[in-house]
Amino acid sequence: MILRLIERTGVFLVSLAVSSVLVFAFMAVLPGDPARVALGVNASDQAVAELRQQFGLDRPLPTQYFDWLGGLLHGDLGTSYVSKVAIGPQVFDRLQVTLWLVVAGMIIALVVAVPAGTLMAARHRKLSGLALSAVSQVGVAVPAFLAGILLIVVFAVKLGWLPANGWTPPAQDPGMFLKQLILPALALGLVQGAVLTRYVRSAVLDVLREDYLRTARAKGLRPFQALWRHGLRNAAVPVVTVLGLQLATLLIGAVVVERVFVIPGLGSLLLDGVSNRDLLLVQDVVMVLVLAVLLVNFIVDLLYVALDPRLRTAS
Amino acid sequence: MKSSFRIRAVAFVASAAVLALTACSAGSSTSGGGSGSSPGGDQKLSIGLVAEPASLDFTTTDGAAIPQALLGNVYETLVKQDDSGKIVPSLAKSWTVSPDRKTYTFDLVDNAKFTNGKQFTANDAVFSINRVKTAWTISLKAAMDVVASSKALSPTQLQVTLAKPSNDWLFRMTTRIGAMFSESGVSALATDPVGTGPFKFSKWNRGDSIVMVRNDDYWGSKPFFQQITLKYFKDATALNNALLTSTINVIGTVQAPEALSQFTSNDKYQVIEGTTNGEVLLSFNNSRPVFKDLRTRQAIRMAIDHKALLDTCWAGRGKLIGSMVPPTDPWYEDLTGVAPFDLAKAKSLLQASGAAGKTLRLRLPTLPYATSCGQVVKSMLEQAGLKVQIDQLEFPAAWLTTVFKNADYDMSIIAHVEPRDLGAVFNAKYYTRYDDPTLQGYLAAADSGDEAAQVDNMKKAARRLSEQAAGDWLFLLPNLIVADKNIKGLPTNAITENFDLSKLAR
Repeated sequence: MILRLIERTGVFLVSLAVSSVLVFAFMAVLPGDPARVALGVNASDQAVAELRQQFGLDRPLPTQYFDWLGGLLHGDLGTSYVSKVAIGPQVFDRLQVTLWLVVAGMIIALVVAVPAGTLMAARHRKLSGLALSAVSQVGVAVPAFLAGILLIVVFAVKLGWLPANGWTPPAQDPGMFLKQLILPALALGLVQGAVLTRYVRSAVLDVLREDYLRTARAKGLRPFQALWRHGLRNAAVPVVTVLGLQLATLLIGAVVVERVFVIPGLGSLLLDGVSNRDLLLVQDVVMVLVLAVLLVNFIVDLLYVALDPRLRTAS
Repeated sequence: MKSSFRIRAVAFVASAAVLALTACSAGSSTSGGGSGSSPGGDQKLSIGLVAEPASLDFTTTDGAAIPQALLGNVYETLVKQDDSGKIVPSLAKSWTVSPDRKTYTFDLVDNAKFTNGKQFTANDAVFSINRVKTAWTISLKAAMDVVASSKALSPTQLQVTLAKPSNDWLFRMTTRIGAMFSESGVSALATDPVGTGPFKFSKWNRGDSIVMVRNDDYWGSKPFFQQITLKYFKDATALNNALLTSTINVIGTVQAPEALSQFTSNDKYQVIEGTTNGEVLLSFNNSRPVFKDLRTRQAIRMAIDHKALLDTCWAGRGKLIGSMVPPTDPWYEDLTGVAPFDLAKAKSLLQASGAAGKTLRLRLPTLPYATSCGQVVKSMLEQAGLKVQIDQLEFPAAWLTTVFKNADYDMSIIAHVEPRDLGAVFNAKYYTRYDDPTLQGYLAAADSGDEAAQVDNMKKAARRLSEQAAGDWLFLLPNLIVADKNIKGLPTNAITENFDLSKLAR
């Protein structure tokens, strides 16, 4: 148990270090000069050189890397090249927005996937199960941004029930916050829900074929009771793995969905940073995303152990 | 003297992207509406725009979005352009010019106050003018190089002496270069702008919107709206949807002209169409051997059917121009007849110059109009016997470095949206690499002469460019605004750098 924890922590830290080198290297080879973008079209080479010096871009790459890394370890994300304000608070503000979106999307995905997947497994030879299965296949094929556009056209533009886009912080106006959250969360959640449904279905199907479930039925439990008491926890192990991967997908999907719904989250911050060549900001945001994904995987690893006692003894 | 500048410039940025190439923003109002009338209580307005500023400091960050939001609204200039493009008083009540055309004396208003509570005086003007040379970093600051000295004769009188006569200088003073700052208000320009204008900067929700509120201490007539929100949209469809669902009241710059029909067919909305300063230029790298031959350049111009091109790639919205001058400039002439569409002649010119069959590299920025028009240009040039290889460069970063700085291209397409930018775009140092002493002679004479000489020489310069086929002017970007029917004071033409919020009313 302890060994496994140490091993997982090691993997987590090494992945983080390798990612930081990759992210930095990628930014360094990205074409386009931040100083020239900031100074505009007619800037003299001298002015550009001065600004590069001010940004610290004229220093050797290893120096730039270790300075950046040192800052990160102290919680200092640096100052934006373009807006000249501290990056840390900006990332923190935007992350809150994105987290609302991701969490709401995840909840919708789970609410859709667990009952639908279980039902599909329980009725996998019946018409209703097959029909549900077909619907979920369609869901898997639709990208989140397209779902978003369709939802906007139907529920905002045609029916006028919900706003087409925008964002209001929950503390400012909770009603408006919820109204504006519904469509983007659905766009993210329904698509992920469709994917998750497939996994829930196959996990439950596997469990249904297990001997212990037959034993449970034999001692007189009804099919649903057997599944509830003995099956679901076992089915949860593979589903949790997928859920972890999906959280990462949701985070990335949010980048696109934020664009469609004009939501000032981490994704729009990232895209703006790329187009302004605000490289330090981009580096920081990408590292935050990487950290989030690695952290989720780490937690998923730990959750296995909690869910499945066999893994505890194995170590 | 003042009348010698009959320019209009304006325009707001016509395309999301155009912005890094500078731009101009709406200014002049036509319907007048609530300009200066009694303020509309606590009424609010929301305007959808396409490019969010990267910073609020236009002294060190280029791009059209910052002056679009702040100039004329938060910051004011000594002189500004009126609806007809004439230079008129703003913070300067009047001014005189010495007989040698080098010394300008401005009489300033005595009741203007900065939003930090400080009185506006001639010392602030001296400070602001000097600061352009010392603290600004964007390239536009060069417009102030011609100033030899400036001094405050009294708290309300300012004298500026130029090193040589320059018609252009006073015009540039209507742009962001002429913005007046408070000596004690420049410590946080990027986040906390302090000006004398009709609006106060209130809040910036990064990634979303900028909120301005009426400056109730404004020295001039107070604006109608108590609060105006500028909301920024990356996506043209999202912008349209926001108006359709009443999230915003105005689309400041329509990004997808092909989608206009959903508004024109609905009487809840008004659609305003006018001109801008945004010349969409098919630029030639004049330093490349293939472009040294006048016949090749002329052939390219003649191979393009401009009317068909405009219809195909920009839904027929926009105006055909034959040179680098928008119709709102005093020296505008219709030069579309200089190189009319003539495929047969284009073919024979290419044969004669030996360029037929050669491959030209058309390097396009990732901007909507460039991408769609680039394909049309390619097919038209290939019909005339050239080969065209298109590649796309991310705008602004990659395009700026490759095409703009390194001039590693044969042809490109970009809208030049600065006002009066003929001389800036066509010279040997610029990415067009156009070295033409005759043109430079006309431009120098225009800058130093009187009003008549300026107009005459600028006309010659524009004609020279067109006849020499220094590039091809595909069309002029339209100013397209869609708004709720009851909004008044929106500009027909977008020929200044700012979107004038003070004239809007309901």
